[in-house]
Amino acid sequence: MKDLDTFPKLLVATAARLGPRTALREKDLGIWQATTWRQYHDHVRDFSLGLLALGMQRGDKVAIIGDNRPEWVYAELGAQGAGGSSVGIYQDSNLNEVAYVIDHSDAIFVVAEDQEQVDKILDMIDKLPKVKNVIYSDPRGMRHYRHPALISFTAVEEMGRTLGRGQPHLWTESVAAGRADDVAIICYTSGTTGFPKGAMLTFRNLLTMAASLNQVDVKLPDDEFVSFLPLAWIGEQMMSLAIGLALGFTVNFPEEPATVMEDIREIGPDIMFAPPRIWENINSMVQVKIMDTSRAKRLVYELCMPVGYAIADLRFKKTPVPLRWRIAWRLADWLLFRALKDRLGLSNIRSCSTGGAALGPDVFRFFHALGVPLKQIYGQTEISGISCIHTDDDIQFHTVGRPIPGTELAISEQGEILSRSPSVFVGYYKDEAVTRETLAGGWLHSGDAGYLTEDGHLVVIDRIKDVMHLAGGAQFSPQYLENRLKFSPYVKEAVVIGKDRPYLTAMLCIDMGVVGKWAEKNKLGYTTYTDLSAKTEVYELLHQEVDRVNQTLPPAARIKKFVLLYKELDADDEELTRTRKVRRAFVEERYREVIAALYSAARRVPIDALIRFQDGKTARIQTTLQVRELEASPAGAG
Amino acid sequence: MGVPQLEVRNVTLRFGGVTALKDVSFAVESGSIHTIIGPNGAGKTSLLNAISGLYRPQQGRILLAGEDITGLSPHARTRLGLARTFQNIALFKGMTVLDNLLIGRHTHQRCGIWKGGIYYGPGRQEEVAHRLAVEEIIDFLEIQHIRKKVVGTLAYGLQKRVELARALALEPKVLLLDEPMAGMNAEEKEDMARFVIDANEDRAMTVVMIEHDMGVVMDISSRVVVLNFGLKIGDGTPQEVKRDPHVQKAYLGQEDAAVAALEL
Repeated sequence: MKDLDTFPKLLVATAARLGPRTALREKDLGIWQATTWRQYHDHVRDFSLGLLALGMQRGDKVAIIGDNRPEWVYAELGAQGAGGSSVGIYQDSNLNEVAYVIDHSDAIFVVAEDQEQVDKILDMIDKLPKVKNVIYSDPRGMRHYRHPALISFTAVEEMGRTLGRGQPHLWTESVAAGRADDVAIICYTSGTTGFPKGAMLTFRNLLTMAASLNQVDVKLPDDEFVSFLPLAWIGEQMMSLAIGLALGFTVNFPEEPATVMEDIREIGPDIMFAPPRIWENINSMVQVKIMDTSRAKRLVYELCMPVGYAIADLRFKKTPVPLRWRIAWRLADWLLFRALKDRLGLSNIRSCSTGGAALGPDVFRFFHALGVPLKQIYGQTEISGISCIHTDDDIQFHTVGRPIPGTELAISEQGEILSRSPSVFVGYYKDEAVTRETLAGGWLHSGDAGYLTEDGHLVVIDRIKDVMHLAGGAQFSPQYLENRLKFSPYVKEAVVIGKDRPYLTAMLCIDMGVVGKWAEKNKLGYTTYTDLSAKTEVYELLHQEVDRVNQTLPPAARIKKFVLLYKELDADDEELTRTRKVRRAFVEERYREVIAALYSAARRVPIDALIRFQDGKTARIQTTLQVRELEASPAGAG
Repeated sequence: MGVPQLEVRNVTLRFGGVTALKDVSFAVESGSIHTIIGPNGAGKTSLLNAISGLYRPQQGRILLAGEDITGLSPHARTRLGLARTFQNIALFKGMTVLDNLLIGRHTHQRCGIWKGGIYYGPGRQEEVAHRLAVEEIIDFLEIQHIRKKVVGTLAYGLQKRVELARALALEPKVLLLDEPMAGMNAEEKEDMARFVIDANEDRAMTVVMIEHDMGVVMDISSRVVVLNFGLKIGDGTPQEVKRDPHVQKAYLGQEDAAVAALEL
């Protein structure tokens, strides 16, 4: 196995070993269509040779944009097989973001899934002089497209087959020429400030990550995995490509983004990795459905869940579980958990983790109560996605676990989390200054503030630059507060403000689904998001939620005032990154007037704003926001 | 120019003393998108009903690919390649989307009750073929996520899309659409317009549709017929119709306002 040091080499070897077994599945026309390892290999080979026929040289870049489909991974491995690197672009990026990444990465080919994505690129093609061809896989709606740079995916494969017939050894030679230290992918991270940066990861980076992670979180060749998060994201690259190829498990692609939950249920994956919002969605979906169900079923739920919670809590405390509790859990499992897990597609789950942000303890407990062993992981794109993970028998809500084998952790004098491992990237593409800064002293500087607990767990506080000082001089983290607020099912997004200000305030976005359901149940009529978020009753509800969070905080760190925003924060408005992190500076600038009101005596803020849709159309919103003030309560201080 | 795909020849339709259509004639070329516009009560839906066979005109003839279908019942016309949707959705609300679409395949069902009832051999093969045809339409109209949902529980815009799906399941040569975009928001309208164009171009269906949204009409129609009080007062390309003074006058009674409305 030593010489299988690139993705294409692994693919060739696995296809020889597992030939007729299922490598990929895609739900198409209502049926799960399987692709064997042999077919997977052949598609990659043909596409790769096709790229060579189109004039690709070793070291060239291929940009890929689209939903999760087999063609996405064929394109990536095809580019790597031809000696190049692949550059994933988030499929919901707008024109400028797409053009920036394509141009900055010097991509000469762009593989675009369908008309929607092709349109984005053709709109900007005049500004993309380096692009030679745009390769599309779904011809739907494109019969009138005559752009000379356009070519279909199947046509490229056909060119590859022709080339392969003429030079039968070309593919083998091209794969063999690959080196472990070649750049496999350039992962553009949409930082919360400035332009995205392209992190270059080599095959060695990614494959050592896969091997190290597998020592502490075992994946097996027979496992099923559903690939539904953007393939441009490092997390999906870890799972679907690096670990998928290293171990040879089956990767399943959903039919459409809208059918993901149903598709997960049909597959019943053994492995799942998703950011907190997915787990939160599953949790709130269950809560909402339970509110709606029959009395008898609700009774079963209310009887069984405490049993699950009790056992989960015992396990978290690492206390042995008494026999009677074990029996009670079996019963609850038989009555409820098994059926519930089946509904959620979690019946077979063995390895599942959350990463990218903090997940609320309530959600954590919920899954552990059902017997779903959810773990937190921590990492950056720059360290191939992961540096720390919980182990099966040692899960603590407030930590992100211990470093995976081969990874060293340290905390700098400034309190910054530093890490070192063979998986640390080789640098940002065309940005040596920032690379030097990030890798200063041989350590990867995460930009996160954190500390290590006595038993070696890492605790992440916040981005270092966001940590702020309160009047008493104590450090405090808006992200920590925002996470506390977001742990409420009614709160979708929260932005805490207070740097260089006399007190802390928050701008909240309600969760339309959950609050909408609550309104329905309380016979409260509403029309739009803006309308719902302006209701006094909703303010009352959120007031209680904020109050509850305040009770758990030291008095100086409590939220004094809050408003409910009239729209959700949106990546299309540049308020969030594509991985849904708040772009603080931008948001504070955009809602300047709202923030000014929070620090004045005003009780109301009139709003007259334009919102912009993805296609450039605008709509005007006129409304009035209430400013709520929370009374300083003497109870629960400290 | 060969034989028109659909021809309405001197059709007059009366309900007692009311004349709904008076000597209306027009021809729809194969592969076009033909839109019927006109004020409320102009006779648009009556005309569509006469074409689909719900009404029998007192005078005149209706020809499908040169063949006289005036005397045929609606289901006989369906078999010849005519399918339609309704202004007020006419789906089986208690059934799933999938079942509604499979019913749309009924005219293409070759096995009878015996062969079909015994789910083996030809009956099974046919069932599989129909399901495939339906799945292709589901894919085409992007309704995978509601495949197994009961129609009555769906949002209005989606029900409209399902109704179009059922009409497509018939694999018609001519698709009659009665206000396919009524009551939709801008985004749904845009999607629906795209589906109509795709059905027309990718699936080679001739489209005859009634539509009120002038923006859509001007964008996607190859020809426009204008009705007013049962009379055809205009027939031409969207540009010609827009400029026609008779149309401008009849449509809103006042020239400037009418032009403004049509410019929308």
